[in-house]
Amino acid sequence: MIMGLYNYWIVVILMMIGFYIVIAQGNLIKKIVGLNIFQTSVFILYISISKVDGGTAPILADGISKYSNPLPHVLILTAIVVGLATTALGLALAVRIKEAYGTIEEENIQMKDDEEC
Amino acid sequence: MLDQLPILQVIIPLLAAPLCLFLRKPRLVWMFTLIASAACFMISVLLLQQVASQGDILYSIGGWAGPLGIEYHIDELSAFVLLIITAMSTIVLFAANTSIQKEIPENRQVFFYILYLLSLAGMLGIVATGDAFNVFVFLEISSLSAYAMIALGKDRRALWAAFQYLVMGTIGATFILIGIGLMYEMTGTLNMADLAERLPEVADTRTIFAAFAFFIVGVCLKLALFPLHMWLPNAYAFAPSMVTAFLAATATKVAVYLLIRFTYSIFGISFSFTTLPLQEIFVALGLVGIFAASITAIYQTNVKHMLAYSSVAQVGYMIVGYSIGTTVGLMATLLHLFNHALMKGALFVALGAVMYRVGGVQLSSLNGLGRQMPYTMAGIVAGGLSLIGVPLTVGFVSKWYLVQAALETGWWPVAVLVLLGSLLAVIYIWRIVEAAYFKEPAEGATPVKEAPLTFLIPIWILVGANIYFGIDTRFSVDAARAASQSLFGISL
Repeated sequence: MIMGLYNYWIVVILMMIGFYIVIAQGNLIKKIVGLNIFQTSVFILYISISKVDGGTAPILADGISKYSNPLPHVLILTAIVVGLATTALGLALAVRIKEAYGTIEEENIQMKDDEEC
Repeated sequence: MLDQLPILQVIIPLLAAPLCLFLRKPRLVWMFTLIASAACFMISVLLLQQVASQGDILYSIGGWAGPLGIEYHIDELSAFVLLIITAMSTIVLFAANTSIQKEIPENRQVFFYILYLLSLAGMLGIVATGDAFNVFVFLEISSLSAYAMIALGKDRRALWAAFQYLVMGTIGATFILIGIGLMYEMTGTLNMADLAERLPEVADTRTIFAAFAFFIVGVCLKLALFPLHMWLPNAYAFAPSMVTAFLAATATKVAVYLLIRFTYSIFGISFSFTTLPLQEIFVALGLVGIFAASITAIYQTNVKHMLAYSSVAQVGYMIVGYSIGTTVGLMATLLHLFNHALMKGALFVALGAVMYRVGGVQLSSLNGLGRQMPYTMAGIVAGGLSLIGVPLTVGFVSKWYLVQAALETGWWPVAVLVLLGSLLAVIYIWRIVEAAYFKEPAEGATPVKEAPLTFLIPIWILVGANIYFGIDTRFSVDAARAASQSLFGISL
């Protein structure tokens, strides 16, 4: 049960680590790192799904009849690009926030916002 | 040409976006964007006609037939939602050029239009596609451009709001991705029609329950269902006015569409509502959302904040109608989708006009505007009346059907609560009216002129639509009824 599904366990553990960082950390960069770990866990989930017992990499070659499912690989390629775009945008926003507020700590930003209201 | 309409709908804004970079001049880009959006609107009208006369449209991309290839699938529901999105985007764009001149620095104006078009393309893609993974990709296209658009706001708090929205939105989208992945794991297909066929066989497994849970939570984050709405008020309040008008009228609607599409046509209503207790949860959350958000709205001093909270409450109405689980209930939800776009569009464009003339949308800055900007403020009042649900406005029509659906099922407490919730809207709309008509402008404040025509025309088109569709309900009710019946009758 545990050994047979060990990559799924890793997925769950990574997912929770990432999710926890996003919620618990106040530093915007750390939040983005958490978001990345969270997304990466989903990539591993997809790759695990595509594995066929005894199948090799989906490259056409002589003497091989059993391949892993290539579709999730392709899907995840797209999802990685999306993750990259999200990270880039998040970091760009963090830079702008640093310029505007002089800090990238959630608490301090919130404090400065409350002062304004 | 006519066969290509489903894909053109998405391709036009997607290709128009990079072309904007070549045009450079904000005014030219604005006209170009307006033309692209208007073209999408024309296409969606044609699509609605085609669907009404010939039934569902299937379009295989690149000639690769489904379920292996990616298919676009337009049925009554998607044609109806496409029409709402493209119509609202075109009307809002009309006012955009004037509005952003004061709100976005000139060197960034072109980027605003690019992001706007990308966001539009994403939303149209979500609605048009018949492929589950495509949904995720388009969702991210529309969300990423929405985050960037919100960050264009003048106030520095816009940046912080955009960042929070980015974090919440990405969590939501990733949840949706997990849900789709698990569905694929169990069924081996991503085509929606195919999924609908194969899911019942494996419906009773823990993987599918998990897939369903992840997907629903992800979508609820996107549609700002209470208590997952925390990102919405600030994002709407600090974004440039036209971005708020566009997103308020379309973004949450698309998420509601996704919810309906996946629960009704893919998982099937018996799985969603009987096997799992989604109905009870959603009715409760919807009702709590209506009250909590309306009460919060009453205490806001920033009018954009106020209306943003009101949007959360309106999503509550849609969810209540949706979870009643009858044809009339779903019809009420779809009608409210249409009607809410009209009223919030009118209100936020009018607030954009106030922002343009006065430079702020605090409640106090509205003081005395009733006499200085009579047409704009009259527009806000008409939109507000519609929000409350006064007869002869669209707001009344959707609430009428919602109450009727609740009574039909014997849920009379729900009907009573829906009506009570509307009374809360009276209070916050009254606060705007009071400021605009019964308070004197602050001493020393420079008197302002009426908003320019580029604002008044879209405002009054929308207000006119609010009243027209409140009296002559044939088009909206028929379209909503056809969509809801097709969801109940034949699954995708």
